[in-house]
Amino acid sequence: MTTILFYLFSALLLGAALFVVLNRNPIYSVVGLVFAFMNLAAMYFLLEAYFIGVLQVLVYAGAIMVLFLFVVMLLNVQPDRPHPGLIHPDRWWFGIMALIFVSLFLLLIGQGVRALLTSPAEDAAGMGSVADVGEALFTSFLLPFEIASLLLTVALIGTVFLAKKKV
Amino acid sequence: MVVPLYHILAFAGLLFTIGVVGVLFRRNAIIVFMSVEIMLNAVNLAFVAFSRYHGNVNGQVFVFFIMTLAAAEVAVGLAIIVSLFRNLRTSDISEIRLMKH
Amino acid sequence: MSWSDLNSTLPELALAVTALILLILEVVKEPPRAQFAWTALGGIALALVLEFALPIEGQFYNGMIALDHFSRFLNVIFMITAAGAVLIAVPYLRKSLEERGEYYALLLFATIGMMFMAKAHDLTILFLGLELLSIPLYILVGFYRHRVRSNEASLKYLLLGAFSTGFFLFGIALLYGSTGATHYDAIRQAIVSDGQLSPAMTLAGFGLLLVGFAFKVALVPFHMYAPDVYEGAPTAITAFLSTGPKVAGFAAFLKVIITSFAVTTQHWWGIVWVLAALTMTVGNVTAIRQDNLKRMLAFSSVAHAGYLAVAVLVGTYDSAFGMMFYLAVYAVTTLGAFGVVALIEGEEETSLEIDGYRGLARRSPFLAAIFTLAMVSLAGFPPTAGFLGKYFVFSAAVDTGNTWNIWLVVIAILNSLISVYYYLRPVVAMYMQEPADETPLPMSRVAVPVFLVLVLIVLGFGIFPMMLVKSGVAAAGSLF
Repeated sequence: MTTILFYLFSALLLGAALFVVLNRNPIYSVVGLVFAFMNLAAMYFLLEAYFIGVLQVLVYAGAIMVLFLFVVMLLNVQPDRPHPGLIHPDRWWFGIMALIFVSLFLLLIGQGVRALLTSPAEDAAGMGSVADVGEALFTSFLLPFEIASLLLTVALIGTVFLAKKKV
Repeated sequence: MVVPLYHILAFAGLLFTIGVVGVLFRRNAIIVFMSVEIMLNAVNLAFVAFSRYHGNVNGQVFVFFIMTLAAAEVAVGLAIIVSLFRNLRTSDISEIRLMKH
Repeated sequence: MSWSDLNSTLPELALAVTALILLILEVVKEPPRAQFAWTALGGIALALVLEFALPIEGQFYNGMIALDHFSRFLNVIFMITAAGAVLIAVPYLRKSLEERGEYYALLLFATIGMMFMAKAHDLTILFLGLELLSIPLYILVGFYRHRVRSNEASLKYLLLGAFSTGFFLFGIALLYGSTGATHYDAIRQAIVSDGQLSPAMTLAGFGLLLVGFAFKVALVPFHMYAPDVYEGAPTAITAFLSTGPKVAGFAAFLKVIITSFAVTTQHWWGIVWVLAALTMTVGNVTAIRQDNLKRMLAFSSVAHAGYLAVAVLVGTYDSAFGMMFYLAVYAVTTLGAFGVVALIEGEEETSLEIDGYRGLARRSPFLAAIFTLAMVSLAGFPPTAGFLGKYFVFSAAVDTGNTWNIWLVVIAILNSLISVYYYLRPVVAMYMQEPADETPLPMSRVAVPVFLVLVLIVLGFGIFPMMLVKSGVAAAGSLF
């Protein structure tokens, strides 16, 4: 049952992501992305990463996407006009990047499939609880946690400085 | 649940590729930004899957940091878009010459 | 956590506290605000003292960071770079009436990020250090909020930076998946003892990490954002942008490769070979065609990334030492060159074209002499330190005796010859052509220390290199 659910959520996730990328209207894209993130949260729950699943809903689908929606509405972004060429004439070097990525990924899937047929670790049940993640966060990951706080301070300063008309 | 790891990895890879395609092909800065978010979420999915299959919580802690980064990046990026919008006085973000030589 | 853990991050803590003090000063202090720069410099000086006052070595915070000669050598470079960027900014910001505390605070936060990149012994810290470096830079590139050019450069830098972060993170995810670890030593252990889930996955992860790095240090073909961003950013920031991230990126890159991936060299050296050859050739050939000094120096820094990639490719003890020497000299020289450009460009960036440099020797002999010295060192003429840096890197590559490495050095030397042309063009304009107007340029005394340090390092270490060689050897030694 959960296995079927997992594939269902994956399919919905990929569909929603395609909808975001291919849609001309930014507002539809934002809503599509919220839907995609909700599916991803469900997949995290199925993978027993409960804390991350909750964060996905709160931080991503909640805070970040609301920010996107707010800016799209504030700026009154219009749907893209149809344009003749699909690719920007001067984005060829991105094509190189995509090619590198896809070939690396094919290499990975091609060579690694048998090695990756492992099943989940048995003793991992309940590993993703708030207590477990929190303990790791405040013991072995204490320094990264503090650096992350600096990162958020920087973002706060920058946002206020850049977006305010007159400081 | 008996989903093989490489299926989840394939989903993550596909999701990442969708994000890359979005960054490549879209002209609208906000949608390019959302495509970057899709890429980061593909990374998160891979991390959570690996964390589950290794029975090791470190991957989930890494996801926490990626979310912190995403929040910081989005806040700064949208602030830049707002200030650019104010100076250009146009609602058409696709006018921004992102890739001028 | 113990006291020794806290002590191991005291320099970063000092910089963070200084940055917060600057933010408070910004609120309470009315202009003129000359103290801001001095506060920032005081913080950097304190961090420098702490760096040397606590000579501790080893791994801290559960192996998250490693303190050794390598991290200390680079941290000194970073702090000198940061101090230089602060000094260059003083006259620059006064001119544009944007003298603000946020500027110096963000500069200090970026410096903390670089320091953590050099200290990192775990991919978590490397990633967070890289972002703590990048996000302040996105903001600083867009610091002229009212100029569209600055906004555009900032947005472009942010979108491409975030894009490359995606690749970088996917690489880390695959490495974690394959080896079950993010710690440098644990990754090496897993690779050496074949404890990987899938060797192909490890390589794919490393490849994606490489793409992320190539973006950050602007290797061809991932360099396309660099000239536009460098040109659109305020020049005082361009000076920092073309030194700090590049030095930190290459240092972290070298450390990861030598600590974790040395045994996999045969799988990826071809890719890095092509990247290095392409980067130096494209950088130099494009630089020839630029008339705008900011763009020319931007492409020149791309070319130097190509020379540095040679040192990464070779990966021996000698080449690591050569890279340390090269990075120290490159940072100071490029910072000084952009410093001169920032002082000369005038209101609204009018004299950035090479014509603006005509007869500069008569209008400001001091700046002309400094700029000439920087150009000569970047081109790699003896007796400057720039020559020695190139010599150490290239001779380390030749010493391996590998035919491919020797061919790469041949390409690099041909490229250095090409670069002489565009480095000497502004020099010729400054000394051999008539100025459009004879008025002497006003000269800010604040930036003079930057130029004196440049002279000291470029000529001093060019003629008596032993001191820098010793610390460089110690730094390279702690990697092996």
